[in-house]
Amino acid sequence: MDLARTEVAARRRGNAARLGLMALPVAFFGLFFAYPVAAILARGLRVDGVWRLGRLGEVLAQSDIRHVLWFTTWQALASTVLTLLIALPGAYVFARLDFPGKQVLRAVVTVPFVLPTVVVGTAFLALVGRGGLLDELWGVRLDTTVWAILLAHVFFNYAVVVRTVGGLWAQLDPRQEEAARLLGASRLRAWRTVTLPALGPAVAAAALMVFLFTFTSFGVVQILGGPTFSTLEVEIYRQTSEIFDLSTAAVLTVVQFAAVGAILAVHAWTVRRRETALRLVDASGTARRPRGAGQWALLAGVLASIALLLVLPLAVLVQRSFDAPDFAYYRALTSTEGNVFLVPPIEAVGNSLEYALAATAIAVVIGGLAAAALTRRDAGRLVRGFDALLMLPLGVSAVTVGFGFLIALDEPPLNLRATWILVPLAQALVGVPFVVRTMLPVLRAVDGRLREAAAVLGASPWRVWREVDLPMVRRALLVAAGFAFAVSLGEFGATVFIARPDNPTLPVAVAKLLGRAGELNYGQAMALSTILMLVCAVALLVLERLRTDRTGEF
Amino acid sequence: MHFKTFAAAAVGLGLVTLTACGSSAGDDGGSEGSKTVTLVSHSSWAVSKDVLAAFEKESGYKVRVLEDGDAGQAVNKAVLTKDNPQGDVFFGVDNTLLSRALDNGLFQPYEAKGLDQVDTRFQLDAGKHRVTPVDYGDICVNYDKQYFADHKLAPPTSYDDLIKPAYKNLLVTENASTSSPGLGFLLGTAAAYGDDGWEGYWKKLKANGVKVVDGWDQAYNDEFSGSAGGKKAKADRPLVVSYASSPPAEVIYGDPKPATAPTGVATGTCFRQVEFAGLLSNARNAEGGKALIDFLIGKRFQEDMPLNMFVYPVLKGAAVPAEFTQYGPAAENPATMDPAKIAADRDQWVKSWTSLVLK
Repeated sequence: MDLARTEVAARRRGNAARLGLMALPVAFFGLFFAYPVAAILARGLRVDGVWRLGRLGEVLAQSDIRHVLWFTTWQALASTVLTLLIALPGAYVFARLDFPGKQVLRAVVTVPFVLPTVVVGTAFLALVGRGGLLDELWGVRLDTTVWAILLAHVFFNYAVVVRTVGGLWAQLDPRQEEAARLLGASRLRAWRTVTLPALGPAVAAAALMVFLFTFTSFGVVQILGGPTFSTLEVEIYRQTSEIFDLSTAAVLTVVQFAAVGAILAVHAWTVRRRETALRLVDASGTARRPRGAGQWALLAGVLASIALLLVLPLAVLVQRSFDAPDFAYYRALTSTEGNVFLVPPIEAVGNSLEYALAATAIAVVIGGLAAAALTRRDAGRLVRGFDALLMLPLGVSAVTVGFGFLIALDEPPLNLRATWILVPLAQALVGVPFVVRTMLPVLRAVDGRLREAAAVLGASPWRVWREVDLPMVRRALLVAAGFAFAVSLGEFGATVFIARPDNPTLPVAVAKLLGRAGELNYGQAMALSTILMLVCAVALLVLERLRTDRTGEF
Repeated sequence: MHFKTFAAAAVGLGLVTLTACGSSAGDDGGSEGSKTVTLVSHSSWAVSKDVLAAFEKESGYKVRVLEDGDAGQAVNKAVLTKDNPQGDVFFGVDNTLLSRALDNGLFQPYEAKGLDQVDTRFQLDAGKHRVTPVDYGDICVNYDKQYFADHKLAPPTSYDDLIKPAYKNLLVTENASTSSPGLGFLLGTAAAYGDDGWEGYWKKLKANGVKVVDGWDQAYNDEFSGSAGGKKAKADRPLVVSYASSPPAEVIYGDPKPATAPTGVATGTCFRQVEFAGLLSNARNAEGGKALIDFLIGKRFQEDMPLNMFVYPVLKGAAVPAEFTQYGPAAENPATMDPAKIAADRDQWVKSWTSLVLK
């Protein structure tokens, strides 16, 4: 057998293997994403077997719906701009400056991102709401204004910018900028002509991710927005769960779907540009101790903004949870008195951990297979489309997914409605994109020639993966699992519908406690949030130790 | 060679499916055609333990309760899941949302034993028996007696009073699209001012500084200065949309118990709410569900209910606690509305109300 023919055979085998790898993720997304979403859309838009697409125009012509669309868009824009303004200096500081406690601080700024939106809302309520810290100090209350929402969004997304932009920034060769300065460029000019263009795609990608997350914001707006402010996602929830206008909800879902699709398409484009254009260096060698008054001032400013915007809300949350003698709020978590739940609220911790572990396992299997299938750069259009598809659950209304699960997965052979697996399945949907985005850059960095060599020597694709890929991606796999775990732990939008009333998860329990008046309920919500925050923070600190030298896209 | 990959994938999918099926069998085993009967309700459901235990002992059924959010959400979720319901009996759909449940075929007919002892004015589905009335109450504006005494101002008594300048910025109510007292108050004004007048009334109410919050708990316990919770939270609204039974609740739960109720009811602002229970269409344990519905209109439950859920019994001759008659008698002429009228106009009213008051 001559060499060329062996190579062709190997490539063909590679393609077949890739299709094989994609089978499970495709089946998973088909069953647990596309089918439920289609079912709930059909329920709203199909009357007597006929699609009523005219509803689209009718709904969009309503002034209050247009008002929601307008608010959704402008608050997302404002949140994105504000987040960039506050977080970009942070990205620089984390990328270029060395200071004691940097690793811990990097974990600290990432904590908010994996915190459940419910906890974020709660923390801001404790800070800027009635009887909150600002209210007590200066009589300032922001909970009925849009500022509370914007600040909570900055809090939530700070890490997205620091990780995406800062991660790349740390890998840019500082010598290029120095060379420009030697050639006579001013500091600003060197930065503008050398660093900024290199960072541009990363900034754009981060901005788009922040825009996506704030455009589809649910928990934060639900808790801080009161009855007046409503994003598309919150409106879908209201129309379905409260007003029971399924056709309006379906139209809004379609609108959100289109918007998210557009955002993701642009995002994928910026990511591709970022991947190809740059020559990167090892991040560990680019940071230095701060020099000069300017850098010290910048560092101080960034630390102050982190303390005020990220640490303070969490600190207030923790403080409120201890705001009763003898840990009364924590002790109350173990009793069934008070009637909010049939089980002691502390059981929600156990429920959540079990669900999150199952969700993580599913997400790692599905996301890992998908990432492996997407690894090759010469992947065709089909595969690239698949890549974008995997991101969709991040932006498609979790509320829609939750309702879709309720009505679609209740008949044999998919009678899952009454089973516990439903919750982990929904959570895994949100976890998979994180797994894929963490694994993909690392897998792509594995030299393809190693795989080819192994294949030519007769190794099966499975063996190639086990002997070549796995040893190199083991750490990335753990990081991905950690992210999936934290995200699953905090998932709220879908879980709130499908978690059974006698098996609440932590975020569902927090939201329920917050919905009840009374000091003890509020205190218990704070205590549960604190526990949830601790679990997430520990998971992250472990991740920080496992950090791969390649940055993921989050 | 790639067979192995497929095999791995197949095993993976198989595992997911297997775990799903395994737990499905385990979970359903308890309620399948068995001695467990499941009641789906809203979060205000409450019953004395011994009363429920007595029913379980006599009937031989074990009762499992699923509290599923507030009243409106619980109804909507029940409608969405009606083909494969979460339980056997649904309790807590009221006259304002009844048509949504009935039009969607949520319930199957069952004529409860003892229904002849239930006052006929509450039997809004008497011909078909898809639902059984269980309790009623009146949604009324409550006032903080202390505030009006301090300000030497007479408390309001009617809808008209609420738009007078003397009562500016005093009232807090609930979102009519998310809360059943909020919706009841809206329907009360619609009954009082008619199809052409209610929007004008709400414009004036808005101009007079009415505040809208999402739920009853927030309105009553956070914003209303007359409630025990509101006093602690330094609330500043002395008027709130709540229930006629709220003043007795303030006394019963008072610590220490006050001699008289700290709050009163504006009797001209009441709207009657009747709550129903029904046997779910695809109930797995229909027999148990029927026994449970009989129990809900039985004397023991009916007399236990007022102090647990602060509503009135529908059963003729059921005793009402002394605190109720003493501190907050039921309204004499509450506004009511024909269920057919509510069914026809409710959604449009809520929509217009939302645009008018919230946006």
